[in-house]
Amino acid sequence: MIQLRGITKRFGDYPALHGIDLDVAPGEFIALLGPSGSGKTTLLRIIAGLEFQDGGSVLLGGEDVSSLPVARRHVGFVFQHYALFRHMTVADNVAFGLSVRRGKDRLPKVARLARAEELLRLVQLEGLGSRYPGQLSGGQRQRVALARALAIEPRLLLLDEPFGALDAKVRKDLRRWLRDLHKQMGLTSIFVTHDQEEALELADRVVVMNQGRIEQIGAPDAVYMNPETPFVSHFVGETNRLPTTSGEIHFRPHEITLAPDGAEALLVDNVFRKGAVWRAEGLLAGSGQFVELDLPSSGEAPRLGETIRFNPHRARMFTADGAQTQGESR
Amino acid sequence: MLPGFGLSFGFTLAWLTLIVLIPLATIFLKAAGLGWSEFLAVGFSPRAMAAYRLSFGTAAMAGLVNAVFGLLVAWVLVRYDFPGKQVVSALVDLPFALPTAVAGIALTALYTPEGWIGQFLEPLGIKVAFTWIGISIALVFIGLPFVVRSVEPVLADLGREVEEAAATLGATRWQTFRHVIFPAIGPALLTGFALAFARGVGEYGSVIFISGNMPGRTEIAPLLIVTQLEQYAYAGATAIAVVMMLASFAVLLLINLIQAASRRRMGA
Repeated sequence: MIQLRGITKRFGDYPALHGIDLDVAPGEFIALLGPSGSGKTTLLRIIAGLEFQDGGSVLLGGEDVSSLPVARRHVGFVFQHYALFRHMTVADNVAFGLSVRRGKDRLPKVARLARAEELLRLVQLEGLGSRYPGQLSGGQRQRVALARALAIEPRLLLLDEPFGALDAKVRKDLRRWLRDLHKQMGLTSIFVTHDQEEALELADRVVVMNQGRIEQIGAPDAVYMNPETPFVSHFVGETNRLPTTSGEIHFRPHEITLAPDGAEALLVDNVFRKGAVWRAEGLLAGSGQFVELDLPSSGEAPRLGETIRFNPHRARMFTADGAQTQGESR
Repeated sequence: MLPGFGLSFGFTLAWLTLIVLIPLATIFLKAAGLGWSEFLAVGFSPRAMAAYRLSFGTAAMAGLVNAVFGLLVAWVLVRYDFPGKQVVSALVDLPFALPTAVAGIALTALYTPEGWIGQFLEPLGIKVAFTWIGISIALVFIGLPFVVRSVEPVLADLGREVEEAAATLGATRWQTFRHVIFPAIGPALLTGFALAFARGVGEYGSVIFISGNMPGRTEIAPLLIVTQLEQYAYAGATAIAVVMMLASFAVLLLINLIQAASRRRMGA
């Protein structure tokens, strides 16, 4: 469906992307995950044609669209801040993509508005077509933006931090709803996020980006369980780091076994309930490294000042140059 | 809404009365001293009518020119970063600060048949200085900042994203401007036009040098008033002033009504 070949991009002296290669299959839901400045939004905008790469090519459905302007790529784009047309009704917003068509592709107005109403039903905003965007809530506006993007029946849906401007509860509902919609409509979608939870929950595959490079591509489970680089290990999920002479050992807070004769000892400094587990934080005896552990909440809460002895039962070792030397349990 | 509507509204009224209404009422009072038939004779004499046509016509013309080019200037200032941007921005405001007579003298020097620009227009048969074209140019000069400063913040607030959104939906650049940008900045553009127009109608200093002041042809209404005053015809001057004021008020009220209607339509 999409093939990116060696995409590079500079903004002045600042290299934004260094040779990105990515293949997306039809029907996939892909997350571009990374911190700000990782190049994820730039990459999305290059796929859309809102930005042009300095080198490399973009292929959509086998066709090289590298130099095709955005208006002719037939790609749906949803902006973080909705970018709705404030002076138009919701229905006119949704029908905009149909009303700017020319020649024989142009539907009569009645048909355009009927299509808009259909899409509003799809995004559960039936009957709000005559409102103006200013009269809607944030979540509703984002759904209008989505309906507007879907109106042109895009071959590809791109979403730039689609939930970034919404509050937590609305965000969660909209997330679930978007995943269902993606399946139901058989869309191919790529969304950009800096929220690893969002990426792991929604995507079929997660593309982790850092400083203009792809660090790892994989299923959410694989990216979480078997991070290939220290960056991924650190950025996706929570990670404890134990420095060793040859590099670092990484393990998740839950990848431990309590043992009275454990190799590591945590001096508990802070305890709180984190959902189904106790989260204990503190420094390790000896190395003084800060560590977070998850303990079963069926037991009593660890006390402050208590020492917890444990062994990591699953960990990854990264050498100083970032290479991974072992990924299995120890 | 802040409390204290009664107090603030009362203060607003008192202030407007002191600053605007009382001086204006004095003009009406003076004009009333003329009596109806004399008022009509002076206020609507052929010479006065020609002056009104010239003043309102050139002000409207200059307002339109400014609406187009002021929008362009605002666009460049908002959307592009370039060296010397602050200097350009300050230049836009210069017509506000400059004594208008200075502008008038400079423009006249440029556009007389011997002037730097006028000498090239003369062979083409285009006369600028001492015609309505010259008056319009002077009014364009003094009216520019009104449009630029009215449109600039709205354009900045509109952001680039809506343009990009329109483009992803398949709109051409013209369609994007016509259906997305223009309706959004329309009210601000109208405000800028109204301000530039109002300023142009009342402008005196920059125009009298370039207009040539031929009665019935290039004599603007404010000059006619001054002429009347110089002849100690105070009542006659106020009669013309009253007609101008009512006409200006009607135009500005109309523009305000159009804007209120468009705001209601935006539903905000």
